[in-house]
Amino acid sequence: MPLAWLGVVPFFAYALLFLFFPAGQVLVGAFKGAHGSFTLANVHDLVRVHQFRNAYKASIEISLVTALLGAVFGLLIAYAAIREGTPRWIRSAFTTFSGVAANFGGIPLAFAFIATLGTIGIVTQFLANQLHYNLYQHGFSLFTKTGVEIVYLYFQIPLMLLVIAPAIDGLRREWSEASSNLGASRLQYWRYIGIPILLPSILGAVILLFGNAFAAYATAYGLTSSGLGLVPILIGSDLSGNVLSNPHEGQALAFGMFVVLGLMMLFYVPLQRRASRWAR
Amino acid sequence: MGTLRLRRPFSLSAWVWLLLGAAYFMIPLLATFLFSIKDKHTGSCCSLSAYGVIVHDHQFWTTIKLSFILSLETIAASLLLFVPTVYWVHLKLPRLRAVVGFLALIPFVVPPIILVVGLLDFYRGSPRWFYGQPYGFLVAAYVILAFPYVYFSLDSGFRAIDVHTLTEASLNLGASWPRTLLSVILPNIRVAALSGAFLTLAIVMGEFTIATLSAFHTFPTYIQYINETQAYPAAAVSLMSFGITWAAMLSILLVGRRPGARQVQIAGTR
Repeated sequence: MPLAWLGVVPFFAYALLFLFFPAGQVLVGAFKGAHGSFTLANVHDLVRVHQFRNAYKASIEISLVTALLGAVFGLLIAYAAIREGTPRWIRSAFTTFSGVAANFGGIPLAFAFIATLGTIGIVTQFLANQLHYNLYQHGFSLFTKTGVEIVYLYFQIPLMLLVIAPAIDGLRREWSEASSNLGASRLQYWRYIGIPILLPSILGAVILLFGNAFAAYATAYGLTSSGLGLVPILIGSDLSGNVLSNPHEGQALAFGMFVVLGLMMLFYVPLQRRASRWAR
Repeated sequence: MGTLRLRRPFSLSAWVWLLLGAAYFMIPLLATFLFSIKDKHTGSCCSLSAYGVIVHDHQFWTTIKLSFILSLETIAASLLLFVPTVYWVHLKLPRLRAVVGFLALIPFVVPPIILVVGLLDFYRGSPRWFYGQPYGFLVAAYVILAFPYVYFSLDSGFRAIDVHTLTEASLNLGASWPRTLLSVILPNIRVAALSGAFLTLAIVMGEFTIATLSAFHTFPTYIQYINETQAYPAAAVSLMSFGITWAAMLSILLVGRRPGARQVQIAGTR
């Protein structure tokens, strides 16, 4: 079938035109000076300029915190929903809701939290009026890093739940029975069997969550407009024409994100392969 | 086994986690709802005036219509592109499956915020019917965003059927290639195609990043505009947006598939 490859030409042509060329444009543009000549200055700026360095720090911090917390809570909730003894309908309710919540983000999500924990949010008001505790007088604000982290967890936890559920399903009951027959405690079962088997899936999921938060633009924008200096937000302001003057600066910022996400992918692929070994 | 069985039926900590999770997920939705039924002038309960503001805003109707048309167009384009490709790969080029599967992970490394930087720069100066039109520019980008979702849906759909036997039987009975694809293969992967389509619908109806940065006025950019100007109607329209995502995901369940399990869930809506 020497001509069989012709059948996939449209697909690859499309990917080339609308994914690889534009992505390549970002990579090349990051190394271009104002007059189109090659330069390392833009990329050097990423570490040299305060604003950029802080943006990467803040973005990585938020992504790391929400990936780890999302993974821990997602795992606990997933296990609680899946384990034997939990009614079946609770499990379907949680997985269905997670399917929705993991795909619900951006502007409406930001507003849902403004209505909850914003200055005149329902929960803020409730705490202030009923319990006489004013969150905003005690240093809390939804429009800070902590606030963004709380909001991001709304899609991070469900994403973890969806990604890890098949792996938890893959833990066979025979294994826990065998270990308990051999005299192992619950703790020992998790320490020597459960966690080691789940570990590649968990690590893979953490990477996925990290990338998910790292690339998020709409939610942070909806919360803080351009107030919080995260990398995607800076790229956004660059594109809409305020703040930065050099058009290649935005491309350099995007290049930096690309490098971080690419490194994540290098770890993700082998972990995924290992994790699929036990999947059902 | 007996001891395990006895120990398992009830666990306090499991219920505590489930309750905490449910509270964290439900409270923001509840708060948004309570917000949306406040009176737009007095701020007191209960009035549907916030919904009235939205429904009587013609911007609401134009943007939601545009987003819906864009979703349909994206769904049509991605199915046209991916169904024949995945079919062909399963039938003739099984070794390419790993390559295409790997390509489906690329949008993870090139998220919407990077993609829009590249697209705007690469297509600057291209014809207006493409660059200046949401039906061209945005749909081209959304097909890329939808790619992982549609691909993983279709791939599992095709894995579940015997592509070779179906194709051979159809060709032997004298059907042409297009007819084989349309009347033999397509009905067999209908569920996979539909769930990919509903996921795409959810993505496009919620996509903000690319739309706003390329200065198009879609439904999510309308929500942002309302957020900045009117608090109570913003709650109403945010809730409607949640309803759309919810409806899309429930439709996937209705056509017979768990939403999204085992897929890379990195969409453009964040």
